[in-house]
Amino acid sequence: MISSKPAHLQGVYDVVVAGGGPAGLGAALAAREAGAERVLVVDREKEAGGILLQCIHAGFGLHHFKEELTGPEYAGRVLREALEHGVDVLSDAYALDVLPDKRIKLMSAEHGVTLIEARAAVLSMGARERTRAAIRIPGARPAGVLTAGFAQRLVNLQGCLPGRRVAILGSGDIGLIMARRLTLEGVEVVGVFELMPYANGLNRNIVQCLRDFDIPLHLSTTVVQVHGRERVEKVTVAPVDDHLKPVLSKAWDVPCDTLLVSIGLIPENELSRQMNLRLDPVTNGPVVNSAMETSRDGVFACGNVVHIHDLVDFVSAEAGLAGRWAGLAAQGRRPPEDNVRLSAGENVGYCVPHSLSTEREHTVYLRVRKPMEQSVIRLSSSDGRFTVDKKVRYVFPAEMINLKVGPRMLQNFHGDALRIDVLPR
Amino acid sequence: MTPSISTANYLCIGCPLGCRLEVDTAEEDRIVEIRGFSCKRGKEYAAQEHIDPRRNVALTVGLRGGALPRLPVKTSAAVPKARVLALCAALRDLVIDAPVRVGQVVAVNPLGLGADIVATREMGVG
Ligand SMILES: Cc1cc2nc3c(=O)[nH]c(=O)nc-3n(C[C@H](O)[C@H](O)[C@H](O)COP(=O)(O)OP(=O)(O)OC[C@H]3O[C@@H](n4cnc5c(N)ncnc54)[C@H](O)[C@@H]3O)c2cc1C
Ligand code: SF4
Repeated sequence: MISSKPAHLQGVYDVVVAGGGPAGLGAALAAREAGAERVLVVDREKEAGGILLQCIHAGFGLHHFKEELTGPEYAGRVLREALEHGVDVLSDAYALDVLPDKRIKLMSAEHGVTLIEARAAVLSMGARERTRAAIRIPGARPAGVLTAGFAQRLVNLQGCLPGRRVAILGSGDIGLIMARRLTLEGVEVVGVFELMPYANGLNRNIVQCLRDFDIPLHLSTTVVQVHGRERVEKVTVAPVDDHLKPVLSKAWDVPCDTLLVSIGLIPENELSRQMNLRLDPVTNGPVVNSAMETSRDGVFACGNVVHIHDLVDFVSAEAGLAGRWAGLAAQGRRPPEDNVRLSAGENVGYCVPHSLSTEREHTVYLRVRKPMEQSVIRLSSSDGRFTVDKKVRYVFPAEMINLKVGPRMLQNFHGDALRIDVLPR
Repeated sequence: MTPSISTANYLCIGCPLGCRLEVDTAEEDRIVEIRGFSCKRGKEYAAQEHIDPRRNVALTVGLRGGALPRLPVKTSAAVPKARVLALCAALRDLVIDAPVRVGQVVAVNPLGLGADIVATREMGVG
């Protein structure tokens, strides 16, 4: 493993980054490149790199590194880049709090509880998985029910198989990837069950993870009961009606010893809540301006802690922005003010950032609530006097849309609020 | 008489865009037209997928004396789709000694499929 312990921990840093996944490491590198001298990344795991270390499959980096990499290769590269640029990386250490004066409270086996002074901070704690408790399946609590991401960790890092016959609830990408991973290890995957009438993961994962191995995908179907006392013995699944209510008369039993739950991620925001940052109720992440600055001056955020990204390449892009402004803020330069509030309208779950400037170029990230074939993304002012449309082909909730917005597009706009809708053409 | 054209549909796995590809073939499966790609990669993928589907494979092998018990690895080139499971089975008992560098070959051309197995993570002695 790449050694990641700074020779000695300094008492004062220009920028301290909480969370050493691709977001945190990318932000640290960008802060250095923007001129910040002392930059520290803190990560609670034994080795920095984040969740990608367990995502051993390929498909990362086509945008950012112009080359297709596996998760560990991508994580290894961003870690190496940060270290080569003189970033201090402290692993095995928790960021507990960021005080109003920006001092960071850390806890590590090596240093105990320490307060570190910082001029700017970046939050990049990533996301964690929703668990079965979040969806309440009736039945006992036998062994053999786990999240897909936890199974990924077991298989790829520990080399333990979660079971011999596996059913998967939810068609999120992590579940699809695990369906293939377990199949490659000789485990039988009996099926993927998805509540919605469409898959939640990327199409390419449906093809290369399920169809390649003839693993059935049951849409509009959910698990209604888990059976077994000590260990899962079977699950009962049922189709759902238009109101997503299970039709129990059509239920059937699926024998299996393991149920993997893959029902999405939620940003890891205990720290943001502790700091009383303004949070977006839809993303569960901090509200950020176009410099990725949170509601607290000098505290920036990027990556999955802000909103869930399906592609790490976009995490790296966002991290570059947050890190650059954090680096500049540490040298006394404030990001320019935004003059337009952005809000999510028709068929838009959320958009990030939450504000922008008509003077600069931005990438706005958004997710639709439901799939749509031929559609347009519309930006409009509240009085309806300004509208601009951009045609898009297919939109899916599983695929984040990135929309370039800049001064040319907004040249006839004079208000202070814009709404984004995704509408049929 | 015009030759009869049949169309096969594929979904490009070249990148997350997932373009919907169509391959038109005439007599004896001769490809006459490929549509639906947004880049060269997709066009090549469609032809390849129609004639000889291949996949890159990522898996883990055992690691001895390292900080973790498993080492993530991948194939250095795509292997025939139909041989993917056999390849994984053949590698199931392989164990490598730490330390390992990224890119280090841990198995040379197993099953003669034309691809080496290379490490994707640096692993020191644990
Ligand atoms: C199980 C799983 C599988 C995924 N699979 C894919 C995939 O196949 N392809 C893809 O493109 N994306 C995948 N993603 C999305 C992936 O998370 C992003 O692409 C990217 O890794 C996000 O980077 P990040 O830095 O924001 O978060 P992470 O990579 O999650 O990094 C956050 C880091 O912060 C640390 N941390 C959290 N809180 C603290 C604290 N208080 N103090 C110190 N350290 C802390 C964590 O330990 C972690 O190392 C997956 C996500 C998960 C959860
Ligand atoms: S055709 Fe090109 S852009 Fe479209 S999915 Fe394939 S690789 Fe991606």
